[in-house]
Amino acid sequence: MNELKQQKISLNPELSKETIDGEIATLNLGPTHPATHGIFQNILRVDGEKILSSVQTVGYIHRAFEKLAERRSYNQITTITDRLNYCSSPINNMGWEMTVEKLIAADIPKKVDYMRVIIMELARIADHLICNSVIGVDTGALTGFTYVFQEREKIYELFEEVCGARLTTNIGRIGGFERDFSPTFHQKLKSFLKTFPKVFNEFDSLLSRNRIFMDRTKNTGPISVERALDFGFTGPNLRAAGLDYDVRNMNPYSSYQDFDFIIPVGVQGDTYDRFMVRQEEIRQSLKIIEQAYSNIPEGNYHADIPDFYLPNKEMVYNNMEALIYHFKIVMGETPVPVGEVYHSVEGGNGELGFHLISDGGRTPYRLQFRRPCFIYYQAYPEMITGQSISDAVLTLSSLNVIAGELDA
Amino acid sequence: MQSLSNKSKVVSDKPMTFMERLYLPAVFGGMWITFKHLFKKHNTIKFPEKQRIFAPVYRGQHVLKRDEKGRENCTACGLCAVACPAEAITMTSAERKKGEEHLYREEKYASMYEINMLRCIFCGLCEEACPKEAIFLTDRLVPTEFERKDFIYGKDKLVESKENPIDISLRQHTGKRTEK
Ligand code: SF4
Ligand code: SF4
Repeated sequence: MNELKQQKISLNPELSKETIDGEIATLNLGPTHPATHGIFQNILRVDGEKILSSVQTVGYIHRAFEKLAERRSYNQITTITDRLNYCSSPINNMGWEMTVEKLIAADIPKKVDYMRVIIMELARIADHLICNSVIGVDTGALTGFTYVFQEREKIYELFEEVCGARLTTNIGRIGGFERDFSPTFHQKLKSFLKTFPKVFNEFDSLLSRNRIFMDRTKNTGPISVERALDFGFTGPNLRAAGLDYDVRNMNPYSSYQDFDFIIPVGVQGDTYDRFMVRQEEIRQSLKIIEQAYSNIPEGNYHADIPDFYLPNKEMVYNNMEALIYHFKIVMGETPVPVGEVYHSVEGGNGELGFHLISDGGRTPYRLQFRRPCFIYYQAYPEMITGQSISDAVLTLSSLNVIAGELDA
Repeated sequence: MQSLSNKSKVVSDKPMTFMERLYLPAVFGGMWITFKHLFKKHNTIKFPEKQRIFAPVYRGQHVLKRDEKGRENCTACGLCAVACPAEAITMTSAERKKGEEHLYREEKYASMYEINMLRCIFCGLCEEACPKEAIFLTDRLVPTEFERKDFIYGKDKLVESKENPIDISLRQHTGKRTEK
């Protein structure tokens, strides 16, 4: 009987509102609810605290990135990818650059690969720190959040040393980096590697084995691995459900095969699993950074691709040929091969893919982003059905759905 | 589900120990950590009395540079406007007249040059595109205004003042230019 009621509610909400004892309410969670950390709208049908069904809305901050990208030259599109998952923009930037490098079949020096790994893993740490500390906030533990944000600040300072910005980084160029790591960067990175584990362990000891936190997060918003695969889950959320799929391991890019790391998995895909998987991934990222940093090879910080990487400024100022190339690259007039490539990286949140179709012109013919958050959000109503409203908030933050990536 | 790699490790199946089962140790442990933080060094900066030092490559407000003789470098080639992904830059060019050689370095110059700071995303691509070492981003921040029109910066706000030149020697995109 209960099942029947539930089905009826999801089929015809208006009818059931009348027929059942009149206690079913419609609740708008969002679009700008302070607890959802972004512009998400969910129309919930609730019986008291219990969610009977929900309909999610997408598109509140849709900025038509895929269309915009069709009118931007390849270098300019990096700035668009900044704004996908803005908690880990360097991964998006570099994913895009690697996609173009795949299209033009560029030969990338080992040093660039290692530098990229360092930056991308720092970004992953920042992303996971935000997600996990916000899980703490949503369970009522604000303190941990304020402690780890200082470390995230240090990561942003490292980005600032390399590219000049903190959040919307636009870091790297097609073919490598815009500049080599500066001495200040080295110094700051070393001090970060030294101080971070201590702060992180303190944060870990606040939450990971705290019974109040465990009771609150276990069995909150679970998803089975089969359902997760049906939806197309990847990244930490799939790993929390128990499958060790990681693009860095399955399809190594940027020399990830050189590094030794383990892939943490969870058991039943609930909030606690997702939290623990991310905690362990932060430790593994730190391990990868240490390996990459201590083995960083000699070489140039960019590939030798004069058709795409801007010539040295000194040459541009004084040499006619370099000046002509400089103009051609900036205007996007260098020849691009016709072709179709797909490249994916392990983003902060899952497999972030770029499907690029080039017709040889100045801009992509078509560019599609495989945005993991968009996929997670499809599963969201199913995951919160039968849970309470506060669980819904917790599930959303532990899925780490970022509005910028959801709506693109 | 079978494993895809031999590197996986389950991280969340540890059962609670007896100590963890008792609520209180966790509560007091947490309190203790908070208490310790009371006596630690503060991480916040008292802005605006104290300011954080930005990286030398920071991408803040733009400046249109002058050369060492005080002439404007920009030649209104428009490459920065082409490179700008946000379409924030507009300019009109004019020809240098006789007697203006002390004002403009090249024969063509920008009579009007505007950046819409509301459109600008501070990506730094204009700086990278400029072939005449004319435009640079600096470590200054764009101040807030009350009206939209005040965010459209013309040459009056963008060109560096002669009295108070901005040092950009630490930025990356500065090669040496040899006088012809
Ligand atoms: S910083 Fe970027 S967005 Fe701003 S004016 Fe320069 S190119 Fe345009
Ligand atoms: S600032 Fe540089 S790129 Fe822009 S118009 Fe002037 S000379 Fe050309």
